[in-house]
This record gives sequence, structure tokens and C-alpha cells, in this order.
Amino acid sequence: MRIALRELRRRPGRFAVATSILTLISILLIVLGGLLDGLTASNTGALRSQRGELIVYSADAESSLVRSRITTAIRLEVERVAGRGNVSGLGSVQVGARVPGRGPRDLVPVVLFGYQLAPRQLPEVVPARDEVYADSSLVARGVRRGMIVRLGQARSAVRIVGFLDDSRFSGQGTLWGSLATWRSVIAANRPSERAGAGVEQALVVRTAGRSASREAAAIDRATAGATRTLTIEQAIQALPGVSAQQTTFNQIIWVTIAVGVLVVALFFALITVERVALYGVLKAIGASSRTLFAGVVLQALVVALIASAIGAAAGIALDLMIPVGGAIPFSASAARLVTSTVYLVAAALVGCSFSLRRVLRVDPAAAIGAGDA
Amino acid sequence: MPASPCSREQPGEPEPGGARGPALQMRGVRKVYGSGTNEVAALDGVDLTVGPTEILALVGPSGSGKTTLCSIAGGLLTPTSGTVVVGGSDISRYNSRQLTDFRRNAVGFVFQTVNLVSFLTARENLLVVDEIGPRTGRRARQRADQLLEELGLTGRAGNLPSALSGGERQRVAIGRALMNDPCLVLFDEPTSALDTHLGEQVVALIRQEMKARGTAAIIVTHDLRITHHADRVATIVDGRIADAGT
Repeated sequence: MRIALRELRRRPGRFAVATSILTLISILLIVLGGLLDGLTASNTGALRSQRGELIVYSADAESSLVRSRITTAIRLEVERVAGRGNVSGLGSVQVGARVPGRGPRDLVPVVLFGYQLAPRQLPEVVPARDEVYADSSLVARGVRRGMIVRLGQARSAVRIVGFLDDSRFSGQGTLWGSLATWRSVIAANRPSERAGAGVEQALVVRTAGRSASREAAAIDRATAGATRTLTIEQAIQALPGVSAQQTTFNQIIWVTIAVGVLVVALFFALITVERVALYGVLKAIGASSRTLFAGVVLQALVVALIASAIGAAAGIALDLMIPVGGAIPFSASAARLVTSTVYLVAAALVGCSFSLRRVLRVDPAAAIGAGDA
Repeated sequence: MPASPCSREQPGEPEPGGARGPALQMRGVRKVYGSGTNEVAALDGVDLTVGPTEILALVGPSGSGKTTLCSIAGGLLTPTSGTVVVGGSDISRYNSRQLTDFRRNAVGFVFQTVNLVSFLTARENLLVVDEIGPRTGRRARQRADQLLEELGLTGRAGNLPSALSGGERQRVAIGRALMNDPCLVLFDEPTSALDTHLGEQVVALIRQEMKARGTAAIIVTHDLRITHHADRVATIVDGRIADAGT
């Protein structure tokens, strides 16, 4: 083992090519993962920030918040199953926001949510009518606390009373106010989509420790199929494009990992061929194949960790340079950095394992010029 | 480092009357390559004994079986038939793992092309023997320093092989072969890469070091000018010991 580490330290040039390629692969993994996480975050924050475990849509909405409408009668059925205190209404409308300091045609696209159950980070008390909390990504668009923002063609005025993080939806910043605020904005700007008194787009349900899947089934049975109840994760996957984005990015990530396996396999195959004489001598003086292969594994591990560390540093630098809510949806989370490191290390270990057969086949007798062949 | 199976109580002082058994005993050793009509006997019924402190020069023409004999004595190859006893242990039927342990603990090798690890210093090349097995740490470091001193290499301990002369490299290789306190050291053409003067010096050093430790050695060589340093010269021809020497 020490021999392997000394070789790394004293012959760094020998490992430079493999380390460089693995570093590029590590950066690619982190960038791809970061873009996927950024895209997912910018599309799903509003749902992930909900304090409830279930979300109830009308059955004909096909799991779309925009198309869904829940009437008072249906809400009563849901409350009968889940308990009145555990059910709260949710509504949303996409509008252009006129932010002071920006040009009259320079609208900021936002999604206004009306809620009863406060999302995480927000106080339990719902703000007064025409007062809203804003997603912190909107700060980059010039939104400030205390500012009056005008929404839609009707220029419905709302006042910003605070901020919350990571609550974007459909790639847009969000505003969070009461259901009354939502109803007034939608009525003023989208008369055709106006929601009557007591009508909401969806219901957020807290299961209070009960099984989420059983509760969802019970709700849909109680409403005689008028609702489709999903867990938050199911609702996220049902968002348009989210599942496709994740599948596409994950496929690219797996191909990148496969390239990593190939690079390490080729590198250590070459380096093992170069070392046949050295391994022959070491075996002749009593080194076991296991000891020699452990050295190969250790070197692969160190090379992968160095590459991952550089990749992670690059990812963090990129994350700091790219503004939240900007044009590039990038997020280098700790989980993503750790996952990418684990993937690269696993790829390195799998790749170097292809050299095992060659190490096993080194004949110590070759060191002294004799052999069975 | 684990004690060698043939460790002596006091190195350099063979037991009076030769109480210690032979370092090597080969009886009827055959080594056959191929099969059927392609069968080639590299060794054919070799009987050879090397005393516990004896230095044997093994000479013979190319392809006579010198290296095969050396490899079987050192546990690099297994014989097709016959028995091989090294330091009192019959290694003839050892499996691969047992042979690995045997090589690590009981024999030393000095190869024709020296074969030091190029990225390790002289001292680290000696310590490799400790690092490839169960480590003993300080004991091994003390032994490496002692060997380097005895071989006149203390001042060169931190040098890489590329910074050492041919003679110094050969001395490091001898030190590595002695690290595990072996009962038998096998030298494969130790002077082939050296000029006559240096070759003479190296073989004299081998004799000095082996005799100082009471360690047996087999020196495989083509070079008849150095055989006078051996206690006995055995000649092998066509896989048979033609002259076991006296």
C-alpha cells in the first residue's frame, strides 16, 4: 500500500493524464447534476415547500394544478376523511409582474399562490389581502421588501412583506398570499378562469402520521373518483417536463460514468502492462496478488478522490458565480457533490478491477527469467 | 518482520559440528514443460544439497537448467516430481499461497537485472520486504539501517536507484535479499551487468556478507572468473547435475 502511495507522490506525471480526464468527467458529472437539480428546483420548489404530505386535484385536471378546480362540496368530503384542520386550499395564477425600477414592458414572470396552510419558512398567519411573500430568486429581478408590485394586465397591486427561499414553480419566481388575494388577482386578470367563492385549485392535506398512500386512496374513494390525490413526490413527477428532464439528464450522467469506468480501466490496464516486470519481482520476493491489487485499487481511489475534489471545487465556484433565479438553473448541493464523488469513486473501482486478472497472471518466475510457458 | 523459519540464534556463528540442517536438499527433482511428444525436461532427476552456510556456484551452458533449478529452490516454480526441502521445510507440494509466504520469509533473491523499485530510495527498497507482508515497522527499519551500514550504503540510503552506481544498486539488491534473514539466498547472474573489476568486488561482497551471517547461497553464473569465491562449484548440463563439486 505504501509503495502505491509513494508512486503517486513521486511519479505524479504518470497519473496526470488519468487524473485530468477524471477531473473533467467529475466536473461534467457535477455540472450535469447541478443543472438537473437547478431545473428541478426551479420547477418544483412550490410543491416541495408545502407542509402537507398530500395534494388533491380534481380528477379531470390530469394532475395539473392549473387545470384543477376543487369545489366546496368536494372539499367537505376530503375534510370528512382527513379532518377539517388538516385540509387547506391552494390556488395559483401565472402573471407578469411590473417591478419598480424596470421598464414598463420589462415584465417579470411570476406565479402567485394563494394558500391557507403556510409553506415552510413562512409564518402560520396568512398575510393580509394584497400582501405577499416573494421567492428570494426575485431579488435578482429587483424585487425588494416593502415594494409594491403590479400584477398582470389589470396591474393588481400587491405589497412585498418578506421573502422565502427555494419556492420557484415552472421556472418562475413565486409570490405567496392569501386565497382572497389570489381570487382577486385571477378575477382581475383572467376573468375566464375566475374561481368562485369557496373554489380552490387544489387541496393540501396533512396526514398527521397516517399512511399517505392509504389516506390518498381513502380521499379518492370518499369523493367517488372526483379527485386524484397524490403525494408531494408524485405531484412533482406529474409536473410537465420534470420526469422527462430527470430521465434525460440521468441517462447522460450514466453515460458519463460509463466513460469514467472506461478511462480508468484503460489507464490501469496500460499501467499494469508497464508494471509486469515490477510485479514479477515483488511477487518473487513474497508479495501476494492481493497486496499488489490493493495497491492498484488504492491508486484508483486516490486519483478519483483528487478528481472529485477538483470537480467539487469547480462546482461550488460555478454555483457562487451563477445567480439564483438567473438564466442558468444551476445548483451545486452538498448531496449532489457527494453523489458525484461516490459515482466517480465507484467508476474508478470498477474500472481498475479489470486489471485484476492481469495482476493475478503475473508469473513471479518471470522475474528470474524462468516460467511455465 | 516475522521470524525466518531458518533464523539463527547468532548470525555469523554456525553451530559447531554443523548441527543445523542443510539449507537446501533436492532429491530426484524433475521439471517438465509441455506434454506428450512436446515434453521437455528442464531438470531431470536432480539431487543437490547445499550446506547451511555453504556458497555454491552453479555453472553450466545456456539452457542447461540453472535458472529452473534456482527458481524451484526459491519457490518460484514447483517441481513436476521429486522433493525440495529448504531450511527443513518440504516445499515440493506447497500451494501458491504457501509459496508466497515461503518466499517472503525464507529465501532471498538477487536478480540478474537488479530490479530495484525505481521510485523508492535505497532504504525503501529494503523496507519493501516488510511492507508486502505483515508489517513490523521499527524492527524492519532498524534492520534496513543496519544492512545499509554493513553494505557501506548509509550515505546513499535516501537516493533513488537512478542516482546509484551499478555496484551500489547491486549492493542494495543484496541488502533487500537479506532483509528477511533468509536461510538461502539465490543470486541469478549477479555480475552479468557489471565490468570485471566491479563483478569481482560484488562477488567478494556476497561472500563476505553470506559468511558473516552464516547464510547459504547459490550463485548462478556463466562467469567462471568469479567461481573461486564459492565454497563449491556444481555443473549442470541438460538438466542433470554433471558435477556436484567437492
